[in-house]
Amino acid sequence: MRIRRSEETLSALFANGEVPGFLHLSLGQEAVAAGVMSALSETDTIASNHRGHGHSLAKGMSIDAFFAEIFGREDGLCKGRGGSMHVADMSLGMLGANGIVAAGVPICLGSALAHRIRRNSAISAAMFGDGAMAEGVVHESFNLARLWELPVLFVCENNGWAEFRPTSKQIAFRLEDLAATFGLPYRCVDGNDVFAVAEASAAIVETCRAGQPAVLECMTTRVRGHYEGDSQRYRDGADDGAADDRDPLAIAERALRELGVEDAVLAGVRAEVDREVAAATDFARNSAHPSIADALSGVYASAGAA
Amino acid sequence: MAMLSYSRAIGQALGDAMDADPDVILIGEDIGEAGGPFGVTRGLRDKFGEMRVFDAPISEAAMVGAAVGAAMHGLKPVVEIMFMDFATLAMDAIVNQAAKAHFMFGGQRSLPMVIRMPHGGGIGAGPQHSQCLEAWFAHVPGLKVVCPSDVASVYALLRAAIDDPNPVIFVEQKARYAAKGELPDERPVARIGEARTLRGGRDATVVTYGSTVERALAAADALSVDGIDVEVIDLQSIQPWDTRTVLDSVSRTHRLVVAHEATQAFGVGAEIAAYVGEQAFDELDAPVMRVGAPFMPVPFSKSMEQDFAPGQQRIADAVRKVME
Repeated sequence: MRIRRSEETLSALFANGEVPGFLHLSLGQEAVAAGVMSALSETDTIASNHRGHGHSLAKGMSIDAFFAEIFGREDGLCKGRGGSMHVADMSLGMLGANGIVAAGVPICLGSALAHRIRRNSAISAAMFGDGAMAEGVVHESFNLARLWELPVLFVCENNGWAEFRPTSKQIAFRLEDLAATFGLPYRCVDGNDVFAVAEASAAIVETCRAGQPAVLECMTTRVRGHYEGDSQRYRDGADDGAADDRDPLAIAERALRELGVEDAVLAGVRAEVDREVAAATDFARNSAHPSIADALSGVYASAGAA
Repeated sequence: MAMLSYSRAIGQALGDAMDADPDVILIGEDIGEAGGPFGVTRGLRDKFGEMRVFDAPISEAAMVGAAVGAAMHGLKPVVEIMFMDFATLAMDAIVNQAAKAHFMFGGQRSLPMVIRMPHGGGIGAGPQHSQCLEAWFAHVPGLKVVCPSDVASVYALLRAAIDDPNPVIFVEQKARYAAKGELPDERPVARIGEARTLRGGRDATVVTYGSTVERALAAADALSVDGIDVEVIDLQSIQPWDTRTVLDSVSRTHRLVVAHEATQAFGVGAEIAAYVGEQAFDELDAPVMRVGAPFMPVPFSKSMEQDFAPGQQRIADAVRKVME
């Protein structure tokens, strides 16, 4: 809900010109972020991708600092230097969204290597889209993870679209088969059902915690275009992913009602999220614009830096 | 005082750094069991074990990407890229990830990592195993680039690079791996960004680095016979480079030649010449001359390769030209 309302708000603010740059929304994919992150502990790390708002918020990122970063302001998590595609909070083990497709995947190898060297029980989860499967470094990373027996979870968020063409026209193999080639445990789950994602994640995270890499594929839907402003002429309306029976929030609400959660409780959550998002928008609007002089002094770390 | 080879000095620096700091780890192709393709890391896996020295498959992109992730946790990975030419396969991890992580994430973390790679020709390795690509990396904000020329400086600068909180491209001279030199028992220390004046002189300054240093010193000796007194500066660091030492020298000699093995066009020499032109135009009695490789891939055949890299003669000719 927090991801949905944040992104809907950002979409509107982008449309009215208040939010600059590129905005890649994960509307329709919220259940993957919420479900996977529910299975991770505080010390587990993730690396995300250009469609990473959901992962960031679900990992616990401050919504105020998140909004301020996307607005490009001084109080942003990255002081306005990164923006939507580079939000990060190292203190939460969120090692960065990423503007380069698949680049977060080997970063997770290194994070998992650090977990292993330091003998803690943490794992690292690499969040990537179906389009990233065509990048060679994913194949390199599967191989290296297996060779080094790293506690890394490869999470493919398969929304059926890699930029402007369907996955079926871009990927000549099935992820399940690729995982099998490298001897990696694989599980596929309905990525729009948050309970299913959470359950599958909890199980496969235990596999990783025991010291081996694994692959989780979440089948989901991209409601919006590749980026905000994408006219999506390549896509017919029947497949816009917004149908109610596939909407992860509608699915979750139905499930919660079946569990006996009352409408008033759901309405209360909605109202609270609306308050949070409105406050975050105000916080970002009121934050100072950063100066290039400060940024110039931040290109290199000085000795003794963290 | 020990006499040892350039490659053993690198191994010594790695071992000493690993002794001094448990966070230092090594990643590279065949660096463990096999001791490295040039023998640089020989013995380190036996000494430090497989949780410090990681043998990687031929996956440059994954190796350097993993080093970025490890450095985000405060580990200090030192990655070996077998030939500098192969860094092209890891350019995303180097340029988009390592170089930008500190800045792009608002300074949340430093990224203490070193990527070692040998450059240069002279061993008949051909167009894809001989390139000097340091100017590419020096052009990327967030990276430091060093290129040590001898045993003492390769030891000192590698220790400095490993201690640096930023990603450092550490460029080695593969043609000099077997070259012997002295490593004092009191281990030498160096600061990244500081040049060394190897030979004082009144008439002209030659700024150089890497394997061209030896050739510049030979040129200076030859020129001294004709009464031309040349100052030779070993830059050691390319990014950042020691503007003060170079400007100070030019303010005394008023003539400058920049020599390197890398392609002359759009190279390190071009940057230095432009900078000196901007900052010290009034000090110059002659245009700054560059001496670099011609604009062509490194050729294989010995008859061509020997004329490819700037030698003593071309450096001496350039000095005579600025003395006219």
